[in-house]
Amino acid sequence: MTGTALPVVEIGCADVPVLKERGQREVFCGLTGIVWLHRKMQDAFFLVVGSRTCAHLIQSAAGVMIFAEPRFATAILGDRDLAGLADCNEELDRVVRQLLGRRPDISTLFLVGSCPSEVIKLDLSRAAQRLSTEYRGRVRILSYSGSGIETTFTQGEDACLRALVPEMPAASTASPALLVAGTLADVVEDQFSRLFQELGIGPVQFFPPRRAAQLPSVGPGTQVLLAQPFLNETARALQARGATLLEAPYPLGVEGTTAWLRAAATAFHVAPERFASAIAGPAQRARSALARYRGDLEGKRVFFFPDSQLEIPLARFLARECGVSLLEVGTPYLDRTLVAAELPLLPRTTLSEGQDVEKQLDRCVAQRPDLTVCGLGLANPLEARGLRTKWSIELVFSPIQGFDQAADLAELFARPMQRAARLRV
Amino acid sequence: MQLTLWTYEGPPHVGAMRVATSMRGVHYVLHAPQGDTYADLLFTMIERRGERPPVTYTTFQARDLGGDTANLVVSAVREAYTRFQPQALLVGESCTAELIQDQAGALAMGMQLPVPVVPLDLPSYSKKENWGASETFYHLTRAMVGTERRARPVAPSAEGGRRPRANLLGPSALGFRCRDDVREVTALLASVGVDVHVVAPLGATPAALATLTDADFNVLLYPEIAQTTASWLQRVHGMPSVTTVPIGVGATREFLREVGRVAGVAVEQGIEGAESRLPWYSRSVDSTYLTGKRVFIFADGTHALAAARIAREELGFTVVGLGTYAREMAREVREAATALGLEALITDDYLTVEEAITAAAPELVLGTQMERHIAKRLHLPCAVISGPFHVQDVPARHSPQMGWEGANVIFDAWVHPLMMGLEEHLLMMFREDFEFADGAGASHLHAAPKSPEVSAADPASAATPRGAEGAATAALAVAASAAASAAAPVGTDALWSSDGERELKKIPFFVRKKARLNTERFAKERGIATITVDTLYEAKAHYGK
Repeated sequence: MTGTALPVVEIGCADVPVLKERGQREVFCGLTGIVWLHRKMQDAFFLVVGSRTCAHLIQSAAGVMIFAEPRFATAILGDRDLAGLADCNEELDRVVRQLLGRRPDISTLFLVGSCPSEVIKLDLSRAAQRLSTEYRGRVRILSYSGSGIETTFTQGEDACLRALVPEMPAASTASPALLVAGTLADVVEDQFSRLFQELGIGPVQFFPPRRAAQLPSVGPGTQVLLAQPFLNETARALQARGATLLEAPYPLGVEGTTAWLRAAATAFHVAPERFASAIAGPAQRARSALARYRGDLEGKRVFFFPDSQLEIPLARFLARECGVSLLEVGTPYLDRTLVAAELPLLPRTTLSEGQDVEKQLDRCVAQRPDLTVCGLGLANPLEARGLRTKWSIELVFSPIQGFDQAADLAELFARPMQRAARLRV
Repeated sequence: MQLTLWTYEGPPHVGAMRVATSMRGVHYVLHAPQGDTYADLLFTMIERRGERPPVTYTTFQARDLGGDTANLVVSAVREAYTRFQPQALLVGESCTAELIQDQAGALAMGMQLPVPVVPLDLPSYSKKENWGASETFYHLTRAMVGTERRARPVAPSAEGGRRPRANLLGPSALGFRCRDDVREVTALLASVGVDVHVVAPLGATPAALATLTDADFNVLLYPEIAQTTASWLQRVHGMPSVTTVPIGVGATREFLREVGRVAGVAVEQGIEGAESRLPWYSRSVDSTYLTGKRVFIFADGTHALAAARIAREELGFTVVGLGTYAREMAREVREAATALGLEALITDDYLTVEEAITAAAPELVLGTQMERHIAKRLHLPCAVISGPFHVQDVPARHSPQMGWEGANVIFDAWVHPLMMGLEEHLLMMFREDFEFADGAGASHLHAAPKSPEVSAADPASAATPRGAEGAATAALAVAASAAASAAAPVGTDALWSSDGERELKKIPFFVRKKARLNTERFAKERGIATITVDTLYEAKAHYGK
C-alpha cells in the first residue's frame, strides 16, 4: 500500500446487487446516540420524552449504567399523559422547569422524541419553541427524534446535529473554511487539528463542538468533511446553508485517513508536495504499527451484522489494509451518497441492507466466520457456538479514526483472535 | 410525566421476557419497534447467557403505521412458531405497540396454532417489570394447569414410597442470585426429607408447569414474581404455600419450621445440624466493631425485608434507613420499618433515594446497582443485595443468598467493604499520620476513595449542581462550601469556629459526617452560635459515639 495512490479494486461494490432484508432487527434505535453525544457536548442535556422502555434502553445501552452522573434523563409518559395532549404539554413544561432548576449549568436542552411520543403526536418542536421563549437568553431548547420507528442507532446523531444546524451562526465571510462533521473523540480532533495546521488548512471547526453554546459558523465558504458515515440529513442541511460537501472515504485506516485528508487538501489547494510531506511521518508510523496485527488478521473470514453504519468503511479497512476476506457486510441502511467514495474501494462481497436477524444468523453460522462483528445481544450466543466475535458498539465508543488510531482499530479486531489463541480452557 | 435519571425496573414486557428467558420450550412474540431488542443484551451480557432470549420482535417502522402492522404480528407469530416449535407461545406488546392497538394477543389466538397461545396484556404506562413478570408467570401457569380443580396427590408416606414434594416458585432470569438460591434451597429441603418437584419459571418447561399440582405444596421464594401464581394455586387447586423466604439464619430456621408444618416432616434435627458460620462469626470478638454500624437498606421488597432483619438481629447493625422500589411490597416494608422506628422509603425515584441516604449518613449502604452509584459518590462502603444489578454481581462461584450458605455469603459480602476494627482504631488515634490522609480506605480494599471532604458527605456539596464531574465537582463543592459558611450567620445555624473545624477534621472521614450533623443539631438545640472544640466534645458526650 502506498498511502498516496488509492487503487480502486478491480471489482468493487459500487454496482454490487444488495440483499435487502425486512424482518426482526437486532439494532438499537436513535436514542442510543445520546450515550456519546451527552459526553461530547458538555453543556448539553438530553431529555427523552418517552416511556419507561426508553429510559431502560439508554441506561442498558450505556454499558449498563456506567455513569453515575448522566446528562440525560427521561420524562416518562404515564397513563394520564396519554389521556390528553394539553395536559401532556403542561406536564412537559413542568418537567423541563424541574430539570433546568436542578441544572443551572445546562446551556442547551434537547427534547428527544421517542416511539411513543411520535405515535401520540406530541409536537416536541412546538414544545421547544414554547419553552425557548420562556428560557430565552439562558437555555437554548431544541428537539429531534430518536425514535425506533424512524431512526436506527447512529441516525440519532444525524437527527441531533440536524437540529443544531439552523442555530449555527452565519459565517462572516465567504472565504473557505473547513467544517469536520460527526462526533470524534477529543484526542482525535486534536490530532486532526494539528495535521490541518501542518497542511495550512484553516480555519477548521468541528461539529458537534465540545460546548453546544459555541457552535461553529456556516456559509457559502464552508467545506464540509464528514467524519462519520451516517450524517445524511445534517449534510443536506449544511448544504442548504451554502456549504459544500467534500466527497471522501472515511478516516479509518491509513488509506482512508489519507484520502479523507486529501479531499480537504484538494479543496484548499494544498500543493501535492506539501500534502505528501505533511502526512508522510504519521502515515509511516501508522503503517508500521498496523503491521503488528496483520498476522492475526490476514486471511481471516469476517462477517458484519448491521449496527452503526460504520460497517462499510470498517470492512474496507479490514479487507484492504489487514488482508481479511469479507463474507457479508450488513448495514442498517445503504445511503449511496454517503458511501459513494467507499463502495468502489470495497472488494466484492455480499452487501446486505436492513435485517432479518434469524436468516442472517443462519447465513453466519453456516459460513462459520473467523470473526463476526455484531451487537451485544448476539455476541455471547455466537461465542457459545464457538464463533469469535467483536462487539460493534465498541467501534462507536472508541477513538478509531486517523493515522494514530489505525493500529488501535486493527487491534480491536485482532484481540478476539489473540484471546482465542491464548485460552486453553 | 415523571423525570427519571435511572430506573429500578424496566417496562412490564421486560418482566415477561424474564419469564420467557427463564424457561425452556416457551417463545415470546413481542409487537415492538426497532430498538426494543436492546433488552436482549440484559440477558446475554449481564447474565452472560449463551443463548438469545426466546423473543421475536415484529420490528414495525413509521412507514408501517396506518398500514398493516397487524399483518406483521401474524407473520412474526407464524415464523416464530415454525422456527422454534415452542410448547407454548406468549404474545404481547411493548409500550409503542400498545398505543397502536393491534391487539396482538387476540390476533395470535385467532391463528389456531396447535399449542397454547397466551396473550399478555401488560399496560406499559402504569405498570413495571416485576409486575409484568408476575402476570406473565400467572397467565402461563393458568393456561398450562387449567382452571378446573385438580385432585390433590395422595399424601406422602413411607409406605406410599414417596417423600413430600415442593415446587420452588419465583426464581427467574435476572433475579438476584436465583441460580444459586435454587441449588441451596433444594439442598435445604432435601436435608429435611422434602423433594423438589418443579422449579419455575427458572428452567421449567410449559409441560412441567402443567404438573405443578402434583406437588404437595409450593415454596414462594420470590413473592414479587410468584405471589399471584401461588395464591391462585392455593385458591383454585388447594395447594398450600410456604411463604417465609429463607434469607438469613433466623429466616432459614423459620422457613424449615414452616416446611415442617406444611409438609408434616420433622425439621428440628435439620435446624440443629445447620452449617452456617454466620452465628459464630458474628459472636466472635473480631465482630465487636460491627456493633451499631449504621446501615441504609434500599432494594426490592424481598431482599430489603431480609436485609433489615439480618442487619439488626444477626450482625448487630443499626438500620437507619429502609425502603423499596417495589410498591407491590410497600405494606410489608412499611411494617418492618415501623418496627425499627423508621419511616419506610417507598419510591422509584433514584434522586429521592440519594437524598435519603445523604441525610441518613450511614456507614454502610445495602442496595442495588443504583445505590452502588450513590454510595460511590458519597464515598460510602456498599454491598449489592438485590436487582437491578451489574455483570459483577453475577459471580462465577456458587454465591447464594438463601439458606445456610447464603447466610455465610451475606456475612462476607456485607462485612468485607467495612474497615477492620483495629485499623479503624489506629485511624482514630493517629489522625495526623501523613499516610492516614482523608480518604485512606480500608487497607484490604484496593481502590481508596478520593477526596472525601469535598464529596457529598459534606452537606454543602449535596446542593452542588450535578453537571460538573471530577475536578469540576471538587471545585464547585469547595466553592459551595465556602458560600454556605459565609451565609451561615444569616440563618439560625451555628457557625463552626476554625478550631472546631480543625478538630472535626481529626475525626476519620467515615464518621465525620455524622459527628458534624450531631454537633450542629446539638448547637442548634441549645442556641449555640459558634461551634468550638468544646461544643464538639459536649455533643459527643451527649450523643455517645
